[in-house]
Amino acid sequence: MATAVTKIKFREPQIEMSHGAGGKASRRLVEGLFAPLLFGSSTGPLGDAAHIQINGTKIAMTTDSFVVKPLRFPGGSIGELAINGTVNDLAVSGARAEAIVVTFVLEAGLPTEILEAEVRAMADAAERAGVKIAGGDTKVVEHGKADGMYVTTTGIGRLLSGVEISPQSVRPGDKVLLSGPIGDHGITILLARGDLDLEADLRSDTRSVFPLVQALVRECGASVRWMRDPTRGGVATSLNELARDCGLGIVLFEEKIPVRDSVRGACELLGLDPLHIANEGQFLAVISSEHAESALRALRATPGGEEAVLIGEVREQPDSAVLVTTLYGGSRLVDMLVGDPLPRIC
Amino acid sequence: MCLAIPGKIVAIDSQNTQLATVDVVGVRRKVDLGLLQDSPPVPGDWVLIHVGFAMSKISEADAADQMETLTMLGEAAAAMEEVRGYGLENDAEDYPPQRWKQ
Amino acid sequence: MKFVDEFRAPELIAKAGEEIRKLADPDRHYRIMEVCGGHTHAIYRFGLKDLLPANVELIHGPGCPVCVLPMGRIDDGLSLAAQPDFIFAAFGDMMRVPGTHGSPLEYKARGMDVRIVYSPADALKLARNNPEKHVMFFAIGFETTAPSTALTLVRAKTEGLQNFSVFCNHVTIIPAIRAILDSPDMRLDGFVGPGHVSTVIGCRPYDWIAKDEGKPVVVSGFEPLDILQSIVMLLRQLRNGEAKVENQYKRVVPWEGNRAALRAMAEVFELRPYFEWRGLGFISQSALKIRQSYGTWDAEQRFTVPGIRVTDPKAAQCGEVLKGVLKPAQCKLFGRECTPEQPVGALMVSSEGSCAAYYNYEHRKPITIANAATR
Repeated sequence: MATAVTKIKFREPQIEMSHGAGGKASRRLVEGLFAPLLFGSSTGPLGDAAHIQINGTKIAMTTDSFVVKPLRFPGGSIGELAINGTVNDLAVSGARAEAIVVTFVLEAGLPTEILEAEVRAMADAAERAGVKIAGGDTKVVEHGKADGMYVTTTGIGRLLSGVEISPQSVRPGDKVLLSGPIGDHGITILLARGDLDLEADLRSDTRSVFPLVQALVRECGASVRWMRDPTRGGVATSLNELARDCGLGIVLFEEKIPVRDSVRGACELLGLDPLHIANEGQFLAVISSEHAESALRALRATPGGEEAVLIGEVREQPDSAVLVTTLYGGSRLVDMLVGDPLPRIC
Repeated sequence: MCLAIPGKIVAIDSQNTQLATVDVVGVRRKVDLGLLQDSPPVPGDWVLIHVGFAMSKISEADAADQMETLTMLGEAAAAMEEVRGYGLENDAEDYPPQRWKQ
Repeated sequence: MKFVDEFRAPELIAKAGEEIRKLADPDRHYRIMEVCGGHTHAIYRFGLKDLLPANVELIHGPGCPVCVLPMGRIDDGLSLAAQPDFIFAAFGDMMRVPGTHGSPLEYKARGMDVRIVYSPADALKLARNNPEKHVMFFAIGFETTAPSTALTLVRAKTEGLQNFSVFCNHVTIIPAIRAILDSPDMRLDGFVGPGHVSTVIGCRPYDWIAKDEGKPVVVSGFEPLDILQSIVMLLRQLRNGEAKVENQYKRVVPWEGNRAALRAMAEVFELRPYFEWRGLGFISQSALKIRQSYGTWDAEQRFTVPGIRVTDPKAAQCGEVLKGVLKPAQCKLFGRECTPEQPVGALMVSSEGSCAAYYNYEHRKPITIANAATR
């Protein structure tokens, strides 16, 4: 029970942008302030979605807010992100999204046609994802706030049978699968902001990954140990969270990690690591080694999963860390994102 | 101080010849050619880009030479003597190489 | 990526590593300094240390322009920009560097207009697009970056753009190398020379290191094969008892440097009589300031700079790590009070700072190559 007496471990005097970036700072905020006050003593590892028992039925529930700037970008818009993001959070927790409710915080002065475009985008995305939009709420704030609009979606879903996902079930020897190329979304947004004067033929990868997850679960059932959609903070942050939660090491094979040329070019130009860049249409899965090959085949046979690839494996060492290795025998640790990825010149 | 990337000049700005569009595997950016004004690059040339400025032209010939040298690393000692002729050693009179002066 | 991928070819990297192991005399312990922070970053990013035998040691030099900036200069820059209708523009590298009262990003959270730019030209563009504001560009970098700032100032003057100024913190590399060699604690066998600085200054400025100090210098590119080939070249010189300056990065570095870049710098900048370097103290003729002829665009001539001097916390050993006397993990604050999220000194923030590089890429790595990289 959270009372004035419950102590928080979060020591920082004010909230910074880094607390929302999905990396270490976000984790500090969640674990240090929200968890002690809201989740009480029953906190295990924090997943993408909560699994709740109601009268013997297990349902999954998740929520997410979308504060992206600009609202529209190549490949999508805030509306699609809002639907796909919540569908994906449920999917990687092993659930099929059934219904979503939406909250809009709108900035006074937002042209109606922009709002209409987003709502249409959401309706389309929901239809493609096979999820019902069950209701919502709207608030309007003064001009100058909300960057046009902020959207929050909350989704509930039914757990797929045969799947029991938990970092604790991960074992040394398990394989790490990635559904496709990384970095598309984050770099698209960075370029769309226009501050860096870079142009590329890139699109956000926003889509529902549920069909792929479903194919995986059908093929492998309980051999699927863990899944995550690497959004803010990228693959590095998601895998570091897993490594921390299970205490094992994750070793990645650098040459196997798929990155499109233009994402690579932008990252080289700006000094960014694709492993830290957000994705909105990919997911990671840890599969027991006996089922890894058939899992890969199942994904590749599913539309949208053709580029799925095995990128690494779980080992005892380095414990609680992620190591990237190269073909020539070099290696480096890759940590969680600290704040937002910042372009560098040095 | 040191993040600089090779890019190919794809177009010179029609309104300002000191500005060019450079391509890095499909990513394009306008780059200032002011530091290369003594020997301005043309479309098709490769340049080294640092903070939005072209710092130097990249010599394909030198790059190819270097790859050859590197490929021969670990060959017999006799081959190593031959490799010295490729320019691994610094011979003051040899610098800058003729092709660089073009 | 052309001119990049070839120099990352795994088989050639493995070969170069083997060549190094063959060349390294087992009875010697080689201490080679890579001067440039970009090389430090590349060494860690590509895991090159895994390929070197134990008796070839790479020492990280002070070539990180963010790391060597004393905290006082960051405070100065931020206090200049605290005026109303000011935009503080800087490279991403500066954004998390701690000043006494916070980093630029923290100031941004408190309401200062702070913008990340990729180029000084972008800062100038900001000024053009925001005529009612003043844009101050916090310029950092060695000679690689200084010419671009210089050219930007030339353009600002030609355009007569009044709402733009530069707070100049450009430093030069040779005095830093001299300070390292003058340091009594330092024993070095040779240098991996800064490849991109050399595209501007050429290779001649390193002659004295070979002739007067008797240490070989190989000017190196930044891909794994470049760095490894440079080490091969250094070991060959050391084996033959030679001390010369060699140019490994020939495809990019002209021996005579870039005359147009040097002209632009001479037009706009002059040397400060002295400048304070974090960890190395005051070094004469080691930094650039903007000439009076460009005074309108010099933040220091146009506005009043507080001139704050801030000493590093006593426990922080940034200076010794910068000089290569201490390894990052040997600093008492490393990994405890000083981490990338809560950095005490700039070496932990800057992506080329040796502390950040070591912390992020290395310090918890398994020790043996066999363990780390078996596939």
